[in-house]
Amino acid sequence: MIEFRLDGRSGVPPYLQLVNQVKQALRLGLLQPGDQLPTMREVVAQLAINPNTVLKAYRELEHEGVAAGRPGQGTFVLDSLALPANANHPGLRADLTRWLDRAFAEGLDEESVVALFTDALREAVSEGVAS
Amino acid sequence: MTETMPLEADRLGKRYGSAWALRDCSFALPPGKVAALVGPNGAGKTTLLQLVVGLTRPSAGTGHVFGRSPRAEAFEVLPRVGFVAQDHPLYRRFAVADLLTMGRKLNPRWDDAFARDRLARLGIPLNKQAGKLSGGQQPLASLDPLARRDFLRTLMEAVAVAESTVLLSSHILADLERVCDFLIVLAGGRVQLADDLDEVVRTHRLLVGPRADPAGVARVHNVIHASHAARQTTLLVRANGHVYDAAWDVRDVDLEEVVLAYLGQATDGHDYDDAPMPKEATA
Repeated sequence: MIEFRLDGRSGVPPYLQLVNQVKQALRLGLLQPGDQLPTMREVVAQLAINPNTVLKAYRELEHEGVAAGRPGQGTFVLDSLALPANANHPGLRADLTRWLDRAFAEGLDEESVVALFTDALREAVSEGVAS
Repeated sequence: MTETMPLEADRLGKRYGSAWALRDCSFALPPGKVAALVGPNGAGKTTLLQLVVGLTRPSAGTGHVFGRSPRAEAFEVLPRVGFVAQDHPLYRRFAVADLLTMGRKLNPRWDDAFARDRLARLGIPLNKQAGKLSGGQQPLASLDPLARRDFLRTLMEAVAVAESTVLLSSHILADLERVCDFLIVLAGGRVQLADDLDEVVRTHRLLVGPRADPAGVARVHNVIHASHAARQTTLLVRANGHVYDAAWDVRDVDLEEVVLAYLGQATDGHDYDDAPMPKEATA
């Protein structure tokens, strides 16, 4: 069983913090397939949080295939965290890595890289969409 | 509206003499929602709360609880409503046990076991006079952080168990973000915003960019608040669809930014910088 916590200053919505903590616990092995998540009332009592927030977090986990609700029993962790992320787009990733190497070689720091990427992305999107 | 809303205000207003404490107040609070009622002092929060529990009579419009008038149909409405006033009006000369008796006799749905359990957990002796208890039994404002958390926990457990609907007035936004899923912003006696918190966060964006006239943005999106520094303009907008504009850095907002923007729109309406900007369109 895991214990949730909420960071009031993170800017991340409370329900998403719960979702992320379940995923993180799975990655770290703190949660195993078949484990039960705390019941809605347990989370409410522990965090003094809106029950709808807990329900929303669990619905999201079910939607993502991370957990499943069993009527009258609770919500349980499924097999494993089906994370396709790293399997995705190895070619694009390699390109990006090469591009990052170049950016750093030219003296850009991390923040400049993010700013440049965000700017280029926004321009690409705004050219693609509407005007 | 076919579903009976736990709380529904329709052009609700209250006038004291020639001054409106609350005006044209319309919103509907769906079942099971926990609503944050926020606004500066004097915005009309207390007036609204008093109107919907029938403690004061509206000067205009209606405020209905479960589809009924809290004054004309008090016998149907009041047993279903719990109201904690900020000035905690207890009879100061009553012993705590007497207050419990009063509560039991006056409330058809009184839960004596729950009340006693709660007093025991707070360490409040039944034989003590109410006026001699230490202060700070106020809903939120004067409670220490631990007591405040305990109060909110009790409230949220009630929501979970009884599926209650809550309207909570507080200045402590961090608490509200934790427990609320609906937001009502009052300022200047009017409702500035009343919506699902998810919807509020989904539709509002903060735009930061080089100093510019916000009129272009205002043609597409509702500009709630604009502020200008020497070379930078910051806009909080209610977006109609996605905001894709290379000129602006588009950021998500949190509850506090939205609330402050709406309060700023209602109260100042001016920028606090020195250089004048063209008059801005505010939808």
